[in-house]
Amino acid sequence: MTRTDKPTRPQTSLAARYGTFMSRHSSILPTFAAVVILFLLFAGAQLYFGNFLTPSNLSALLLNNAYLLILAVGMTFVIVTGGIDLSVGSVMAFTGILGAKLLADGLPAVLVIPLMIAGGALIGLLIGVLVQYFDVQPFIASLAGLFLARGLAFVVSLSSIRVEDPAVLWLQSTRFRVGDWYITPTGIIALLIVVIGVLVMQWTRFGRTIYAIGGSEQSAHLMGLNVARTKVLVYVISGVCGGLAGLALTAYSGAGYPLNGVGTELDTIAAVVIGGTLLTGGSGYVLGSMIGVLVYGTITAVISFMGAEQSWTRIIIGTLLLLFIVVQRLIVARSERRK
Amino acid sequence: MHEGTPLLELTGATVRFGAEVALDGVDFRLFSGEVHSLMGENGAGKSTLIKAITGALPMDAGVLRLDGETVQFGTPHDAQTAGVRTVYQEIDLLPNVSVAENIVLGREPRRFGLIDWRRTRELACTVLGELGLDIDPASKLGVHSLAVQQLVAIGRAISTDVKVLVLDEPTSSLDFDEVSELFRVIRDLKLRGVAILFVSHFLDQVYEVCDRVTVLRDGRLIGEYLTREVLRIDLVQAMLGRSAAALHTRARADFGDDATEPYLSARGVTVNPGIEDADVDLREGEVFGVAGLLGAGRTELARAITGIDRLDAGIIRISGTRQSPRGPHDAISLGVVYSSENRRTEGIVDGLSVRENVTLALQAERGMLRRIPSWRQQELAASWIEALDIRPPDMDRPAGTLSGGNQQKVLLARLLALSPRVLVLDEPTRGIDVGAKVEIQNLVGDLADNGLSVMFISAELEEVLRVGNRVAIVRDGCIVDTVPAEQLTVDSLLALVARPGDADG
Repeated sequence: MTRTDKPTRPQTSLAARYGTFMSRHSSILPTFAAVVILFLLFAGAQLYFGNFLTPSNLSALLLNNAYLLILAVGMTFVIVTGGIDLSVGSVMAFTGILGAKLLADGLPAVLVIPLMIAGGALIGLLIGVLVQYFDVQPFIASLAGLFLARGLAFVVSLSSIRVEDPAVLWLQSTRFRVGDWYITPTGIIALLIVVIGVLVMQWTRFGRTIYAIGGSEQSAHLMGLNVARTKVLVYVISGVCGGLAGLALTAYSGAGYPLNGVGTELDTIAAVVIGGTLLTGGSGYVLGSMIGVLVYGTITAVISFMGAEQSWTRIIIGTLLLLFIVVQRLIVARSERRK
Repeated sequence: MHEGTPLLELTGATVRFGAEVALDGVDFRLFSGEVHSLMGENGAGKSTLIKAITGALPMDAGVLRLDGETVQFGTPHDAQTAGVRTVYQEIDLLPNVSVAENIVLGREPRRFGLIDWRRTRELACTVLGELGLDIDPASKLGVHSLAVQQLVAIGRAISTDVKVLVLDEPTSSLDFDEVSELFRVIRDLKLRGVAILFVSHFLDQVYEVCDRVTVLRDGRLIGEYLTREVLRIDLVQAMLGRSAAALHTRARADFGDDATEPYLSARGVTVNPGIEDADVDLREGEVFGVAGLLGAGRTELARAITGIDRLDAGIIRISGTRQSPRGPHDAISLGVVYSSENRRTEGIVDGLSVRENVTLALQAERGMLRRIPSWRQQELAASWIEALDIRPPDMDRPAGTLSGGNQQKVLLARLLALSPRVLVLDEPTRGIDVGAKVEIQNLVGDLADNGLSVMFISAELEEVLRVGNRVAIVRDGCIVDTVPAEQLTVDSLLALVARPGDADG
C-alpha cells in the first residue's frame, strides 16, 4: 500500500523516524516488551532443556491455553474501556457444568452449545447493565457476577459431571496435523476469536468507540458516539467469551466441574496486562493479549518441565506483572513529559 | 452592515436554576460570516447562553431560530447535526487515539462495514491542510501541545457542514504565537461564511478578531455593539455596570529606600535553570510587583523566595533569620505563603467544599492530630466568605463548582487564614473576568494597607502598575531593574520587559 496520504517531510535520519514511530505507536511498546520476554523464555527454555522448542510442545501450548486465550480476548475489550470483569472464571465454570449437565440429560450438542454461550452472555449483560445504568463500579458489578455464576454452577451440580457427547469430545481429540505440528478445533476456535477480536477492535466504529471510552468517556459522549450501548456490549462480549471458554475447558477436561476456574479471572487479567493493555483503559491490543497468554502458558510449561511446584508459576507471573505495571507507568509518565 | 435575517437568532431566552434566574429574557443574534464576542463578568450568563444555543441546557422560555426556522436542541448531539458546533476550553478530545481519528470519529468512512483507514487519513489531511497545521495525522493526539490539540478540536468541528462555531475561551491556554495562529484560522472560517461565537476574557483579542460584541450582566442583555465603534472604556463599563474609574484607585504609601527594614530580604538568589542572582526586598505594607514575559523567571523567583525550590546560591533572610528557609513548611512558619499560578492543579481541591478548602492549610499547619473543631471551621469559612465576598456564599459547595474568580478568593482565604506576613501571588488574576480581577486587585491593596507584604506577579502590565508600589522587571532569568511604580507607564514598562536599551531611548 502506498502511503501517499502521509505529509511529505524529510524522514531520512533515524532519529526522525524514531520520533514518528513513537508519536504514532508508543502504545505498542509494552506489547513489544512482551514479545521480547516470550522469545527470551523460549530461548532460555531451549538452552536449559535442549528439547523444549519442539512442534508438539508448541502445539500443546495453544491446546492447553485455548480457554485462557478466549477469556483474554473478551477481557481486553472490557479493560480497554477502563472496566474490569472478575466474573469470567466463574462464568466459564457455570457454563461448563451447565453444558455437561444438559448433555448428560440427553440434549443434543447443537442445542447445548448455544445455550452455554447464551448463559455467559446473560451474565455479561447483567454486569453491563449494572455498570452502565446503575452506575456500579465494574469491580463490584463483576464481583457480583462472579458470585452469581459460581453459585449457579453449584446449583447445577455439586460434583463433576463426565461428558460423553462425541461432538464435544471431538473438539478436543481431533488433531489436524501438518508434520509434527497439530491444532485442535478448540485451538481453531480460540484463534478465530482472536482474529474477530482484532478485526472488531481495529476496524469497526464499535471497536474505536471502545478505545474512545477508555480515553475519556465524557469526550466520547460529546463526540456523539454510542457510549451506553458500547459499554454494555463489552461485558456481553466478555460473557460470550466466558461461555466459549466453558465449552473449550469442558472439551479439554472431558467433564464439567463447578470448582473449575477459581482464580482464572486473575490469570486472565495478568495475561492481558502482560500483553500490554493499560489497566486504566484506552490502550491495548487483542494480539498483545495473545502474547500475554503465550507468556503465561510458557511459564507454566517450563515449570512443569522442571518438575517444580506449580506455585512457582504464580510467583513468576506475579513478578512479571509487577514489572509490566512499572514499565507501563514509566511509558505513560514519559509520554506525559513529551507534551 | 448585516442586513437581512441572522443565521442564528435567540429571542427571550430564559433559564432558571431553582429560584435563581441565570438568563432573563435575553435576545442574541449571530450573522453568517461574522465573529461575535459574548462578554460579561463571571455569572453574567455567558456559559448559560452558550449552553442554551448548543443544546446542553434546556431553556425555560425563549425561541431559538436557525436559518429562520425554529429549532429545539434536546442534546448537544442534536445541535451538532444541525451544524452548531462547540469547541470547549477544556479540550474534549481523546489523547489515546490518532489525530485523524479525533477528527473523523463518529462518521469515519467505511468499506464493507469496516473503517477505511486510508480515506480516514486523507480526510484528516484535508482538514489539517485547511487549518494550515502540518502534523502527522497518524500520530497520537496526546503527544501534541495543547494549542495543536485545540486546533484539532476546531478541525473536528469544521470537518462537517458547520454553520455556527462556538469557541468557549479557546485562547486561555495558548501563548502569543498560538493565538495568532488561531486567529488566522478564525478569519479563514469567517470568509467561508461560518458564524463564529468567540468568548474570551481578553479585551485585546476581542478587538483584534471580533466584528460585534454582545454584553451580558446579571443574566440580562446590556447591549450589542460593533467593535469598531465602541470604546474599550465603554465596553468595560457596560460589563461592570459601574464606573471604570474604580479600576484606578489605590493611594500609594511612600516607601523610601531605607524607610523600613525589609521583612524578607533575598540576596543573590539562584535556581538553575530559571533565576539567577536576584535581589528582592519585601517591606511591610508594600506591594512588590513582578513583571516579565512568560518564561522570564517570574514563577521561578516566586518559588525560590517561598522555599519551594532549593537555592543553588544566595540567601533569603526572613525577619532577620540567618539562613534561607529549608522548605515551604519552614517558609510558612515564618509567615511566607505562596499561591501558585496553576489554580486548578496546584491550588483548589475541586472535590472538597469551600469550608474544607479554606481550612486546609491551617489544618496542615496544626498537624493532623489536632483537628480544627467543626464549629471553628465553619466560623473561619463564614468569616472569610464574608470578608472576601465569595459567591455564592455557601461553604458546603464543592470548590470546583465556583467560578475562577471565586476559586481564587477561596485560595486567598486559605493562605490568609494562616495569618501570613508575606503573600506571594503568582498570576492571581489569570483566567478570571474583569470584575473579579478588580476585586482581587483591590483586595491586594487592602491587605498591603493592613501591613502585609505582597509580591504580585502578573502577565498584565497595567495590573502590575496599578497594584504595585515598586515593580521588578524580570527578563531572561534576571531581575533587570526595580522601579517605583509611579515612575513607570505601561509603555515604558513594556519596553523594559521586552528588551534592553529601548527604555533609555
